[in-house]
Amino acid sequence: MNFETIVGLEVHVELKTDTKIFSPAPSHYGAEPNMNIHVKDLAYPGTLPTLNKQAVDFGMKASMALNCEVADVMNFDRKHYFYPDNPAAYQISQDKRPVGQNGWIEIEVEGKKKKIRIERVHLEEDAGKLTHSDNGYSLVDLNRQGTPLIEIVTEADIRSPEEAYAFLEKLKAIIQYTGVSDVRMEEGSLRCDANISLRPFGQEKFGTKTELKNLNSFNFVRRGIANEVERQEKILLSGEEIQQETRRYDEATGQTVLMRIKGSANDYRFINDPDLPEIHIDQEWKERVRAEIPELPDARKARYVNDLELSEYDAHVLTLTKEMSDFFDATVEAGADAKLASNWLMGEVSAYLNAEQKELHDTALTPEGLSSMIKLITDGTISSKIAKKVFKELIENGGNAADIVKEKGLVQISDEGTLRTIVTEILDANEQSIEDFKNGKDRAVGFLVGQVMKATKGQANPPLVNKILLEEINKR
Amino acid sequence: MTKFTAEDVHYFANFAKLTFSDQEAEVFSEIISELVEFGDALKEVDTDNIEPMTHPLQMFNVLREDVPQDVLDRDEMLASVKEHEDGMIKVPNIL
Repeated sequence: MNFETIVGLEVHVELKTDTKIFSPAPSHYGAEPNMNIHVKDLAYPGTLPTLNKQAVDFGMKASMALNCEVADVMNFDRKHYFYPDNPAAYQISQDKRPVGQNGWIEIEVEGKKKKIRIERVHLEEDAGKLTHSDNGYSLVDLNRQGTPLIEIVTEADIRSPEEAYAFLEKLKAIIQYTGVSDVRMEEGSLRCDANISLRPFGQEKFGTKTELKNLNSFNFVRRGIANEVERQEKILLSGEEIQQETRRYDEATGQTVLMRIKGSANDYRFINDPDLPEIHIDQEWKERVRAEIPELPDARKARYVNDLELSEYDAHVLTLTKEMSDFFDATVEAGADAKLASNWLMGEVSAYLNAEQKELHDTALTPEGLSSMIKLITDGTISSKIAKKVFKELIENGGNAADIVKEKGLVQISDEGTLRTIVTEILDANEQSIEDFKNGKDRAVGFLVGQVMKATKGQANPPLVNKILLEEINKR
Repeated sequence: MTKFTAEDVHYFANFAKLTFSDQEAEVFSEIISELVEFGDALKEVDTDNIEPMTHPLQMFNVLREDVPQDVLDRDEMLASVKEHEDGMIKVPNIL
């Protein structure tokens, strides 16, 4: 029997505010334990939450960028659970009236476009961090307690691990463009759980689902879902039933492992939080936030394809991060040829960033610098080969390509007289190669060109060298 | 009439990590049943076409600017916990 894979994702994104969502303690990643705390975060008796306006704006902005309807009226609810990562014994979240509902984003897998619907986006607070030791104790750090989060819940529209990957890649790009979060999975500012079930093709009713946690990279999401699908398939084919449970992805084995069986233990007893009055969002507020949303990845991609004539693939890769896309735009703005700018950013620049484990802002390269180099290539001042030397200087020490070329004497030799003199010298010293060429060994020309390039430290204009070489050989 | 049973008492006590004897649960179930019955009076009111109220006060949009302040001193906080280590609060391992 063949089964259809049904996946829904729950994605938590930490909002990049200066303070927490319900207290004015700083909300920054990486502080010393318990240095960013407020009496409210510790739920001291009598303390009250105060709602951060910026967090609401960010929640609205993310909702709009994800094509959601933004609430006219919303409120906060208490979700009760008992665990030392949250001293209040309840998380303030949004139950019935979330900030955003009924959104979607478009993904593309193997050339096919598809809309993944977003059921809701709600605002809530993060919990503290526990470090478990094996001596029977856990250590509690409440810096993260109260950090603003949005939880993005998709409809069960995802049909394969690849679609889940594409969804997350797109979601990350969109959120990053809006500037409401760093969306760094390695720092926990983007976290993802997956609900997975199978059903026979053609059946309408969903099968029993399991929830998969501990997915710490997009690749683990893809592999974790694939592994869980395989596990469920085996169970169903053997005639048994899927148990509703929470499982954890084990990175070392690539398997999913049982965490807990879901039962009545999950009774969160939601109630309206009486400490927080309703939020009324009028048209003016919505329009102010909407005006702050920059051009999003899809719009940029379309502009690159339609106006700058880049390929779909190039436009996709360039728009994956806002930093790369902004850099590309600025490079073109500074006068560089778009196709060359795209090739350099996706080629040499990306290779350098990967090799050095750096991001663009960690390097000395500027859009003006890259553009100055591309202009020298376009007007024939330097060859692509010389450009690589100039590029290394630009990305490591910064500056302007024209200055580097002048300083290091890297200008391309395109003077026919100069090149002819060098070619003649090389030919005089390599009579055997001329003989070889005349006997039909075409490779001999490559060797001679190489000798000329070596003699000119790579600065000779290659097409011109080729042309002069053939002329001179034929004279002999 | 809604009856809040001894079983319900055990169920909810569990969330708060509380344990009651069956005898205690029986006593609480009677007290809580009376409270629930009192609340049942509300069911007699016709609430069709009335928006649910989420807050008793007719106020809204009480918002704070995103500016850090009033950070609690860590040493002061740690002075009031039973045990701590490396600036963190030590609690029994739960899981």
